[in-house]
Amino acid sequence: MRKRPFATLALIVGMGQAQADDALAPFEVVGDAIARPLTGAAGDAGRGERLLLDRRRSLCLLCHSGPVAEPHAQGTLAPGLGGVGSRLSQGQIRLRIVDMKRLDPATIMPSNHRIDGLERVAAPYRGQPVLTAGEIEDIVALLVTLKE
Amino acid sequence: MAFVLALVLALPCAGEAAAADRRSGSDFMAPETRAMQADDMSNPAMLWVADGEQSWHRPEGAAGRACATCHGDATRSMRGVAARYPAFAEATGRPVDLSGRINLCRRTHQPAPPFASESRELLALTAYVAYQSRGMPIAPPQDPRLDPFRANGGALYERRIGQLDLSCAACHDARWGQQLGGSVIPQAHPTAYPLYRLEWQSVGSLQRRLRNCMVGVRAEPYAFGAPELVDLELFLMGRAGGMALETPGVRP
Repeated sequence: MRKRPFATLALIVGMGQAQADDALAPFEVVGDAIARPLTGAAGDAGRGERLLLDRRRSLCLLCHSGPVAEPHAQGTLAPGLGGVGSRLSQGQIRLRIVDMKRLDPATIMPSNHRIDGLERVAAPYRGQPVLTAGEIEDIVALLVTLKE
Repeated sequence: MAFVLALVLALPCAGEAAAADRRSGSDFMAPETRAMQADDMSNPAMLWVADGEQSWHRPEGAAGRACATCHGDATRSMRGVAARYPAFAEATGRPVDLSGRINLCRRTHQPAPPFASESRELLALTAYVAYQSRGMPIAPPQDPRLDPFRANGGALYERRIGQLDLSCAACHDARWGQQLGGSVIPQAHPTAYPLYRLEWQSVGSLQRRLRNCMVGVRAEPYAFGAPELVDLELFLMGRAGGMALETPGVRP
């Protein structure tokens, strides 16, 4: 696997895998967070909300509940998203969306920005992450605003 | 209604359900869906059963034989048969499910071309045969030749697959009773196949359901009739051993 040079940070404990593929943005994990946006810029909370509501694209509400429309169709398999902006920092939210398995290998949460280590991926999704870097930033931008 | 609610609230949600805690998917359904399954006049799958009964008596193939020519009255000869499938097939040296057995029988004894996977004819005949075991306990064969295939089915059940990297067990053992989107996750006991699924607006097989879940986790589904799907069926029927067969079921 080709490695890209990163600015050296004393606290780096892990790096994004498989950056050889253009589908993935490079990122730096520091502690239990990814402090810097994958796209280099902040996302858009409005786009994030539309994405959250589109369950076929973001999938979030299949497992999480959130302070959005259609509460009856939301999942109970994961912590509610209400108040996540108070519980976690922006960087902590970002890492959990990008690759929760780094924190809990047994989690059922998909590693949304990772393409290695998967088996029998259906052809249309092969080599593609669940969420693009831009989509992740839009969702992060929304979630940090959910303070209660 | 209060009973159903109490049941849902009482569901523990960690680990594979112990034998006494096993629940059919019908236990998780809305009362109106349960009523639809319970009443033969409103259960849409009974139309497939009726078609299957006609097919049972229809001579086919070069020898002009019907199922009934050899097997006689299905209400007697087929009673309990579906509860024992998948079973070991000498001809192929591996397990075969009930639909696969029907097609083997067509090829060798009528002889006639096999029905297409998931065709109305195959589902109808399978539903008719399985209906003869309704209410009987699922009785997995104790044939040791099945063991390696059942073990493979169990391994497939535990294997994480697809872009979403999920196994059957992650939801149906560890998180049954909780909600995925708006749907309650059942324990994955295949007690009622073939069954009418409101979402399908049709009767479908357990293999169709397994493939749906694989598509749901964005995995490449195994083809209809693939050995992996039969092994999964074998494992699941073993896991549901002793539970009552409900064919033809109705599900949401």
